[in-house]
Formats: sequence, structure tokens, C-alpha cells
Amino acid sequence: MRRPPPVTMFAITAAIAAAIAGTIAGCSSSATTNTGSSTSAGTTITYWASDQGSSIADDYTVLNPELAKFTQQTGIKVKLEVVGWPDLLNRILAATTSGQGPDVVNIGNTWSASLQATGAFLPWTSQNFATIGGEGRFVTAALGSTGASGQPPAAVPLYSIAYALYYNKALFAQAGISAPPATWDELVADGKKLTHGGNYGLAIEGSSIPENIHHAYIFAKQHGCDFFSASGAPTFTLPGCVQGVQQFVNLMGADKIVSPGDAEYDQNQSVSDFASGKVAMLMWQAAGANLKAHGMSASQYGVAPVPVQAGAPGQGTAVDSMVAGINIAIYKNTHNLAAAEQFVKFMTSPAEQGILCQKYGAIPPVSSAQQNPAFATPELSVIRGVLATSAVALPQVTGESQFEQLVGTAMKNLFADAVSGPVSAQTVEQQLSSAQQQMTG
Amino acid sequence: MRGRPEPAGRRPGRLRRIGVPYLILLPALLFELLIHLVPMVTGVVISFKALTQLYLAQWQHAPWAALANYRIVTDFSSSVGAALLHSFVVTCAFTVLAVTLSWLFGCAAAILAQDKFRGRGLLRAVFLTPYALPVYASVITWAFMFQYNNGLVNHVLHDELGVTSRPSFWLLGDNSFGALVTVSVWRNWPFAFLVVMAGLQSIPRELYEAAAIDGAGIWQQIRRVTMPSLRPVNQVLILVLFLWTFNDFTTPYVLFGNAAPQNADVISVHIYQSSFLTWNFGEGSAMSVLLLLFLLCVTSIYIFATRRRPRYE
Repeated sequence: MRRPPPVTMFAITAAIAAAIAGTIAGCSSSATTNTGSSTSAGTTITYWASDQGSSIADDYTVLNPELAKFTQQTGIKVKLEVVGWPDLLNRILAATTSGQGPDVVNIGNTWSASLQATGAFLPWTSQNFATIGGEGRFVTAALGSTGASGQPPAAVPLYSIAYALYYNKALFAQAGISAPPATWDELVADGKKLTHGGNYGLAIEGSSIPENIHHAYIFAKQHGCDFFSASGAPTFTLPGCVQGVQQFVNLMGADKIVSPGDAEYDQNQSVSDFASGKVAMLMWQAAGANLKAHGMSASQYGVAPVPVQAGAPGQGTAVDSMVAGINIAIYKNTHNLAAAEQFVKFMTSPAEQGILCQKYGAIPPVSSAQQNPAFATPELSVIRGVLATSAVALPQVTGESQFEQLVGTAMKNLFADAVSGPVSAQTVEQQLSSAQQQMTG
Repeated sequence: MRGRPEPAGRRPGRLRRIGVPYLILLPALLFELLIHLVPMVTGVVISFKALTQLYLAQWQHAPWAALANYRIVTDFSSSVGAALLHSFVVTCAFTVLAVTLSWLFGCAAAILAQDKFRGRGLLRAVFLTPYALPVYASVITWAFMFQYNNGLVNHVLHDELGVTSRPSFWLLGDNSFGALVTVSVWRNWPFAFLVVMAGLQSIPRELYEAAAIDGAGIWQQIRRVTMPSLRPVNQVLILVLFLWTFNDFTTPYVLFGNAAPQNADVISVHIYQSSFLTWNFGEGSAMSVLLLLFLLCVTSIYIFATRRRPRYE
């Protein structure tokens, strides 16, 4: 067989090269074909939901029927992806840098200010708020956790939660304790009565960065300390912050009412320990649905506000929970702004809030939806009370995500020390000081 | 060469013919650039920028930081630099230990499995299993085994054998280093085993026979025949093991999660924390570039030092 003449060979190779180059170019352009249109019906938006149920599959079961309703009402299709917590922040960051993200996304409300600083999200100016029915529909406490003060919020509250103290009624009765503890001294005293054999008084998630941070912040607040100054500078080593963190860590180290094994928990093992009756008390955000999944019915546990140092929960040094919750945000570079706004309006409508919050065991951040009798269960009444009176937003500063990582890691190290005995104020200060020096944001 | 006596006037055709191989290589070259070089160069560029969360959405517009990132991460009196140095030392200790043990186990097993015996094939297959398993699945299993409360390791060492007076933490504190080395060796020694086993096949049997006739015992044979013959194999094997272990991210990350304990804070996880979790990509990139330079230096020195002039004996 004759070899093709050089010219043909050249042409073939060039054609292959061109085809490959075309494929590469095609990759980058295909994702941006969603151009904006004046009528939203018929468009498809992408929604990244956070994992709020007992599993990701459970979230799809909860959300899919609601999204179908939305499509029926508006003609807008929603492509849903439920993103697990370990991946969510990285996915959001990647979408921010590449500009190729979803249209609407759920965020942990503590990330609001940090993500606001990236400029990725649509600012909720009063004009934008008007498209979803106005700012006035939302509870004030929830709006306090949507971004830095003085700037338009970066996200809109979707679900509100707060910490409460869950206690095992049967174990309390056995130990002769008639009422849940209201102060830390009482909690430690009760905890010692409940700690015997393989059982312990309190369960803690010692290797979980978010759990550690939430507790550290509240304990510090109760000692009159904030991890950030008014100007947003880190103040981790102030005496009150050190005392707060030390008090928390020493529930294991000195008071010995927490199992040393809890130091390596970061997969919600403390919830299953509580549900199985191994531990008598648990501080958790709206644990009801989770406990039910572990086979513990609502009649088996009582719910009370998390203890304070003295007196009754309130503001100032008497706070006993962070304003926990989920916000919903729109990516600024969305090509389907009108559809995305309609979707946010739908998700925050009183009717949907009633359905979704009930399924996820959360409190609606929308005032009118709170009247629903479904939110008057003993558990949700306590949480609603905490949110209304004694909850405080985590610092709304750009360095918040750094703070979570650095102080959260420091706390994990401190729990590793606490397994073998009391942790000194000096050790706590060293860890916090090292964390503070690494804050560069 | 056969086409040599061509008329001088047909130069363009000849040029075209010479060009064809390069043209065929072009797509591969393009992909190579796209997949390897572009990200590396981008990383180096970012290390000179103050790329924090404030510029994530328009990262191309992050301001230039000149050498500021490098100055921060190499200032060992500051917390950031000290943490990096600590992490570097931990990584070096971890790498030396893990590579040495992997190599020793691999060599020993390969030499022992060299002679034919019943069940040799099965044993070889079993030895290779850790290497064949997906990293994540095998390391997460180790993480379960190392758990304090219900882990297999504590159950065997403490509950059954009573070796330790009380259960130990393997994923927190001092023991975490040992746990990391254990898992890394468990994962990597089969590779050493495989490579050494292949190397052994190429040593002629006559050499052993001659050595035996000369009165060499088993140790003498290993020292004088096996090891020198394996030298080129070992040279590559140790380099590859070193690079893999030094850079290994999956093992420590799956074992310890987002916050590695101080004793096992190896550099890959440390850099991940410094960039992805605190959103300071400039500083993280500077650390990565320093790591790259270090590995380049070590590799060059190693290749230079172990280079061998051809023998004419």
C-alpha cells in the first residue's frame, strides 16, 4: 500500500489537532449558555442544599416534593444537589473562584460575613429584599447572622436553630435529680451523680471544629469576653476567653463528667451515645429529628436551655446559645436572577417554612410562620425561647472562617490534653495565642 | 535516510516531512501544558499575590505581594513560620521512618518469597492486597481500628492482651505519629515488595551457584550478590517511595480529618489547612513552592549521589 503523500498526512494531523482544540474550547463555553431571559418560566436554576436531614438521601426526600410544587407554580425547574457538610464550604469556594456555580445555595449562617467578603453573593439591598416580600418578614435575631453590620446582608435566613440541653429523663430519675441544671455548677454536680460505671454525665464532640467553636464562643461570652474586638481584630487571649475555653475543656479534664473517648468524636457519636443511654446529657442544636433516627422517642428526653454561670439566661454574660441556622444566598453572577429570587421567595414563604422547618426540626426565621402550632412542642418551645431571649450571633467579621479553623483546632489539641487530666490556664493561653498569631485575614 | 538523494529544490516538502512528527506530538504537548505546567505556573504566580478571601471572586485581580508571603512563612520566630517548620520536621521524620520500614519489609518479603514453596503465589497475592485496595477505603478502616472506644487495636492490646494498662488514644496526641507511620508502611511496603521481586527475577541463578561454590552463606549471598544486583532497582524504588510518602495527603487526611494532631501535622495537610481552610491561598502557595523546591533539591542530590559510572569489570 502506498503511503499517503505528505500533504494529506499534514492535513489529517492538522484536522485532529483542530478537533481536539475545539473540544477544549467547547468545554469552557458550554457551561455559560444559560443566558438571562425576561420570562423566568421554562428556565432551570441550580440549587445546592445543605444536609439538614438525618442523611443526604433524606434531604432529597424532603425537598423534591417541595421543588415540584415550585415548578408547578412558576414553571421554573430546579436542579437540586444536596451537598454534605464536609464538602459544602470547599464547593462554594471553588464555585466562587471559577464563576461556574449554582444559582442558589444554602450556607451555614456563621459563614455569612466571610463569604460576603469574597463578593460572591448578591447583596440583599432593600430593593432586592422587596422582590421576596421585604426584610420585615424575618425575625431580627436571624437577620443578625447574615453578614457584617452596616452592609446589606449576603444571604437570607432560611432555618433557625439554637442549642439546648437534652437530658435523659430515666437516668435523671434514677440519680434522684428532679430538675435539669440551670447553672454550670449544678450541671457539674448532676454530672458527677450520673457518672459511674461506663456511663457519663455529658457528651461532647471533642474533635469537631464547629461544635468546639460554638461552645467556646458561648463560654467566653459568659465570662464577658468576645473573640473579636469591635473593630474586628482577634482578641483570643483575653482572660475571659481563656477562662471560658478552660472551663469547657475541663468538663472532661477536671470535672471528669465527660468520657475521655469523646475527645476524638467528630461524627456525631455523642448523639448516638446520648440516644443509647450511655450518656445522660447532650448540648445540641435541635437534636429531636436526629435522636428519633437513633430510636429515641421525644418522651424519653427532656429539653432545657443550656446552663449559664448564674441566674437566668438572657443577654450579655447570660447568653446560652449561638444563633445557629442556615441562610440561603444567590450567586451574584447568576444568569437567572429573577428565577433565583422567585425561588428564595418560595423557600421563605410562610407555607413552605411551615413544612420544611417542621421536617428538619428547626424554627422558621419568618415571623408569620412561627404561629404554626407544630412549633409549640416542648423541644421547639425551648429553642424558640432561647432564640428570642438569650442567643447571640457568632462574630460577623471577615476572619470568622479562619477563627473557626484555628481555634477549633486549638480546642481539639486541648481536649487531647484533657483526656489525661486538668488543663491549666497557661496551656489554654498558649494554644489560643498561637491561633491568634496565625490569623492573617 | 533512504530518501536522502532528493533534488535540492524540494526543500519545502522535506520541511513538511520533518514537521509532521512534531505536529503529531502537538496535541500531547498541549495537554501536558494544560494538565501539568499551567497549574504549576499558576501556583507559583499565586504565591507572589495577596490572594485572600477578599479577592476570591476575582482572583486574577488580587494585588501583588512580592515576597511578603515567603517572608511570613519563613519567619520561624513567628507563629506561622514556626508551625511550618514544626510540620516540616515532623514530615521528614515520618518520611525517613516510613520509607525505611517499607523498604525493609518489602525486601525481606521479596527475598523470602524468592524460592519456590507451596502457596507462594497465594502469599504473594495476599502481600499485594493493601496496595490494590482503594486508599480511602483502607485508611478509613484503619481509622475505625484506631478508635479509642470501640477500636480493634485497643481491644486487642488492652482488653485481650493487657499490653497497656489503660486504653490509648491513637488518633490524638503522641501516638498519632506512630499510627500514621503504621498505616503508611502498611500501604507502601507491598509496592517495595513488588518492585524488588521483579528486580530479583533478573539476577542470574549462576551468580548464586558460583557464590555458593565459593563458600558464601545465605547472608553473604544477600550482601554480595543480591544487594549489588538490586542497586539500580533500589535507587528508583527509594526515590519514588520518598516522594510519595513526603507528599502523601490522603492517608493523614482520612486518618485525622481537617485538624491533624500536632505530632502528626505533616506538611501536605498543613498546607491544605493554611490555604483551603483559612482561605489564604497566597500563603499556602508560597508554602507549596518551598516544598516543591525542597523536593527538587533532595531529588537532584539523591540522583547525583547515587549515580554510578558504568563498571567495566
